[in-house]
Amino acid sequence: MALYSEKVMDHFRNPRNVGIIEDANGIGEVGNAKCGDIMKMYLKIEDDIIRDVKFETFGCGSAIASSSMATELIKGKPVSEAMKLTNQAVAEALDGLPAYKMHCSVLAEEAIQSALEDYRKRTGKEG
Amino acid sequence: MIYADNAATTKMSPAAVRAMISVAEECWGNPSSLYEHGQRAKDVLEAARKDVAAVIGADAKEILFTSGGSEADNQAIRSAAALGAKAGKKHIISTAFEHHAVLHTLERLKQEGYEVTLLDVHENGIVRPEEVEAALREDTCLVSIMYANNEIGTIQPIREIGAICRARNVLFHTDAVQAVGHIPVNVAEDCVDLLSASAHKFHGPKGVGFLYARKGVRLTNLIEGGAQERGRRAGTENVPGIAAMAAALKEADGAREANAARLTAVRDRLIAELKTIPHSALNGDAERRLPGNVNFCFEGIEGESLLLLLDDKGIAASSGSACTSGSLDPSHVLLAIGRVHDVAHGSLRLSIGEDITDEQAETIVRSVKEVVEYLRGISPIWRDLTSGKKKFIL
Repeated sequence: MALYSEKVMDHFRNPRNVGIIEDANGIGEVGNAKCGDIMKMYLKIEDDIIRDVKFETFGCGSAIASSSMATELIKGKPVSEAMKLTNQAVAEALDGLPAYKMHCSVLAEEAIQSALEDYRKRTGKEG
Repeated sequence: MIYADNAATTKMSPAAVRAMISVAEECWGNPSSLYEHGQRAKDVLEAARKDVAAVIGADAKEILFTSGGSEADNQAIRSAAALGAKAGKKHIISTAFEHHAVLHTLERLKQEGYEVTLLDVHENGIVRPEEVEAALREDTCLVSIMYANNEIGTIQPIREIGAICRARNVLFHTDAVQAVGHIPVNVAEDCVDLLSASAHKFHGPKGVGFLYARKGVRLTNLIEGGAQERGRRAGTENVPGIAAMAAALKEADGAREANAARLTAVRDRLIAELKTIPHSALNGDAERRLPGNVNFCFEGIEGESLLLLLDDKGIAASSGSACTSGSLDPSHVLLAIGRVHDVAHGSLRLSIGEDITDEQAETIVRSVKEVVEYLRGISPIWRDLTSGKKKFIL
């Protein structure tokens, strides 16, 4: 059996929404190089809708796939919906992750939440 | 597939496969049985013992067959520790970058009241004999230092260390799993008392290895039972595996110099080419290393994703990143030579085999360059490094 599901490998090999957004209005970075995983998310939010999302990730295959899937799950969605994104949803959308790789999906959730938090701070929209 | 993970395991040689099959088909008796069919298996076993002993300059009686390198390491260390305890000596010297079969055994002994000194292996991944000498104490019962490191391939000054230990009358064990069959090893000239080796690292089968114990060094059993292996290791011998190991080792030893010359040339070309990747560094001494070992750190990327993308290109290699070690920390070997976590995660080990072609080496170089560049392109660390927000380490 392969280490990862086909879905994980697809998102790892062909990650969606890679890059940066120059005029992003929400940016979040989580993880650290010491642990071997860093995710950075860029959001462009207009009228409370996530018009664009991009990411850059330093990390293993499942970290890159989790970032990619997380961006797909929130793109075009209202902020209120993106705020409800969980790591479980990311992992399920990837047809599962090995148990010891679940933290990658947690990191993806945290990266999105961190970028949304940044957006709230910038726009003064609390909670 | 381009197989560049020979330090993990090797493909069995045709001679080893033939030996295994012919013994399994024809000499399948129990070597402990007195009748003809059993004695034929016994003959196979003893011929293998002789062959293995000859390659490392030992006497056949000094070779004990085991289930592999880990068992041999465990038994060597446990035996020396038991002998030490009897003489009131409970201090052991080793290094920080030994294989876990050694390190974990030493950890266990620490819990049992032994004191362990782990020597620095410095930036070049080589132990300094004078530091071994300086660490020796009245109560030192064992020095255990690997012949060549399994990750970065650095070859240790075993002969110098052996001479020091012999002069001070301290037992010397070397984990030679990566060395035997690849570089010259001679237990007499190296003044080694205990040596571990594993068949599957030199084109023999998995699950077989041997322990050399110099005559007069009393071994402690790890496995109790029958009187096999002169009472030092119970259990009916894996005769087909042992015969295959001997066949593989004889062949590897016979071709050793030619193989090493060719591998060294390809290795050095790989190193020269991969060095041209900016912000990369070779791990371990450039010259005093195994003929087939190349190990690099590439800043700004993570090793597991590197391996997966190389796998997509048909290249099998390994990495010391946390994600591939199954723990949160990257390789203890890379940390021991002073690589910080950030760059240790981005390591790649290529351990090439004798059958590598020039074309395959070129494919490896091209693929590694492509993949490193791609992964850096999606790495936030790389962006921070190139924009000057963060300082390059390499």
